[in-house]
Amino acid sequence: MNWIDTIVQGILLGGLYALFAAGLSLVFGIMRLVNLAHGDLIVLAAYLILLIVSLLGLSPFVAALIALPLMFGLGYVLQKVVLNRVLGEDILPPLLVTFGISVVIQNALLQGASADTRRLPTGDVGVASISLGGINVGILPLLTFGSAVAVILILNHVFYRTALGRSFRATSDDPTTASLMGIRPNAVFAQATGIAMMIVTIAALYLGMRANFDPAVGPARLIYAFEAVIIGGLGSLWGTLAGGVIIGLAQTIGAAINPEWQILSGHIAFLLVLLFKPRGLFPRAFD
Amino acid sequence: MAMLSTHGLTAHYGQFQALFGVDITLDAGECVAIIGANGAGKTTLLRSLSGVLRNEPQSIRYRGEPIGALPADAVMKRGVAMVPEGRKLFPSLTVEENLLIGAHARRGSGSWTLDAIYNLFPILKERRDNAGTALSGGQQQMVAIGRALMSNPDVLLCDEISLGLAPVVIRDIYKAMPRIREGGAAVIIVEQDIGQALEVADRVYCMMEGRVTLSGTPTDLTREAIHAAYFGAAA
Repeated sequence: MNWIDTIVQGILLGGLYALFAAGLSLVFGIMRLVNLAHGDLIVLAAYLILLIVSLLGLSPFVAALIALPLMFGLGYVLQKVVLNRVLGEDILPPLLVTFGISVVIQNALLQGASADTRRLPTGDVGVASISLGGINVGILPLLTFGSAVAVILILNHVFYRTALGRSFRATSDDPTTASLMGIRPNAVFAQATGIAMMIVTIAALYLGMRANFDPAVGPARLIYAFEAVIIGGLGSLWGTLAGGVIIGLAQTIGAAINPEWQILSGHIAFLLVLLFKPRGLFPRAFD
Repeated sequence: MAMLSTHGLTAHYGQFQALFGVDITLDAGECVAIIGANGAGKTTLLRSLSGVLRNEPQSIRYRGEPIGALPADAVMKRGVAMVPEGRKLFPSLTVEENLLIGAHARRGSGSWTLDAIYNLFPILKERRDNAGTALSGGQQQMVAIGRALMSNPDVLLCDEISLGLAPVVIRDIYKAMPRIREGGAAVIIVEQDIGQALEVADRVYCMMEGRVTLSGTPTDLTREAIHAAYFGAAA
């Protein structure tokens, strides 16, 4: 067994989990909303990309580019029409509503696309690899990880260097005072969920190219995403990447020891972090 | 015609009624002080004016337009900015970002820019990259005032800007008031520090238990009259 190879694969797998998690982290960071339908929205986006691929005969990458604005629109409308109505002091209503959305998406996909497993066509990219210091690394995992880093770089830039990011952070701190600045918190929330759905689309692209998916795989993606966010510390985007990498590493190391341990190892790593760092590795200074 | 006025304004927190038919007016360029004891309804009045509390449309008029039912962001965009009680800086923003977010709904090309605010409160320029909440209370108050000015408001609502500050700091902050008024904004200040209020205001309203009990210019009002309006008993 080649440990260095295992570790490299684990880190790259972490990129996928970080992509699952970044949208969740963004939405939770801005409006304290735990979106239980997040995993199902990733699956929905994967089907959307698949639909565009089969209708127009495009490569999945181009199809994802078309899906990006559509998913932004879906996120914007979902937040504006549904989720903004249930946000408030009580955290239970949004949990119930997003759980309901999760059930609706799963069943709608089952109805519309059947329970058959699907996969996005990858062409040559799916099997291509390059040799890095004696280790063969797949192009697709590298692209996944590179996309995760790029997404987090861009999000951090938007968050800390732009007026939009300023209004995100201010609204997250205190929506009432933000409204005194002329900011409409509901519009800010809708934009944030729209952006989260664009990240979801990127996550869906790699999910669909790397593995089979069917309408029922969403909830497990939600769990990985959730664990990555918690490990990283709520509100820290680089922490979310670190969280994804930790789960990815734990899973590949566990699988290298015994294939049956893959999923379990990831969850144990999550529990260990919670035990020693209950607020995650990179918690915000206040909260 | 008054720039900003209330007409039989009432306000409730659930079952509790906080304002009972309040009528006040503010003319362009004027500075009006609202004084009164704790619980008199001063803050409720400002929260209603700023749109944080929603009311009957016609109960508040701004430049002739009913704004009582508008949300805070819409009121703000029309030119009414608020310095909220307790300063309420955004903890995850630096001093400079707190000021810049005040310009989110910036109106026209008024005189208030980042440089103008730093000119008004030079200490803020030195501390521009600090977290807003890392500043002293007085400096935080300066940020809160600067943040409200950054939108170039026509009306500035100031809620208890002296609260919890040392007298020397309060004096520093009030020293900025003439320059704020030169910038063109009419000002409503809510104050418990009566001396300070009478010094800067053109007119004063005294409130008690949700009603205006006395109004007039600082020179008209005697200590005895204020005392009676403030505490509800003859001095």
